[in-house]
Amino acid sequence: MKARVTVTLKTGVLDPQGKAIEGALKSLSVAGIASVRQGKVFDIELDAKDEASAKTALTTACEKLLANTVVENYRIDIV
Amino acid sequence: MKAAVILFPGSNRENDVVRAIRQATGKQPHIVWHGETQLPAGTDLVVLPGGFSYGDYLRCGAIAGRANVMDAVRAHAARGGLVLGICNGFQILCEGGLLPGVLMRNRDLRFICKMQHLKVERADTAFTSAYTQGQTIKVAIAHGEGNYVADDETVRRLEGDGRVAFRYCDANGHLGGLANPNGSLNDIAGIYSEKMNVLGMMPHPENLIDPLVGGIDGRGLFNSLSNSLAAVA
Repeated sequence: MKARVTVTLKTGVLDPQGKAIEGALKSLSVAGIASVRQGKVFDIELDAKDEASAKTALTTACEKLLANTVVENYRIDIV
Repeated sequence: MKAAVILFPGSNRENDVVRAIRQATGKQPHIVWHGETQLPAGTDLVVLPGGFSYGDYLRCGAIAGRANVMDAVRAHAARGGLVLGICNGFQILCEGGLLPGVLMRNRDLRFICKMQHLKVERADTAFTSAYTQGQTIKVAIAHGEGNYVADDETVRRLEGDGRVAFRYCDANGHLGGLANPNGSLNDIAGIYSEKMNVLGMMPHPENLIDPLVGGIDGRGLFNSLSNSLAAVA
């Protein structure tokens, strides 16, 4: 089974990297860019036998390591 | 005083810490590898030194904060034992759940390596008794992720309980504006745990212990630790 975990900064947390990328895109005259927030993507392969147990394992992975829940949110998608 | 300096893959300030502790106490600290599951018997002080543990992969301090030895460090702290985390060590303490909040990328995205003044918020802790309250000291900073962030409630609690250890300031002790190098909330450079036995700080006092390299204002921290541990021994 394959899954994708997406970790993003919570709303309101300052993201200087996103801001810098946003500024670069604007300086490249890419039309219509309002704002950019940077995050992380983890593509994970699991031996889990069903979706439920995969989600349980991935939630544990996110809570324990992949995300710092003080400033980050995570989303789990089984793909 | 028995000190243990924890070594992670990518730590690089451990010898500076060892030198500072030896200067203050006359004793050689133990170096403890991160894979160990316990600290040397009778350890009074644990130091997590600066560096780039695990190459700062994932988030600074994230992987080190979950290393085997950290269970022993958490148990030591829970018993009231002293823990000092400097720079990457501070990041590890936050990631490892020993201190609240998180160190984010510096406001201007640059790695900052320079001398920096700090205000000593209180001089009645095991870490700062050799300083005076409100004293301005000059130490060094060298970090890319030192921008302290926590939710409003946590910051209110830290401020209310007097748990801010050091704030960034200018040479005259003034806070704010350009005196804050990295955008830290409330100019926070270091914080204590609830029981005041764990200190995490971004600046490097261990690098300012010799007049040859710019000053000796960092000695106070190690002398404070030496004095407070001599008092209980």
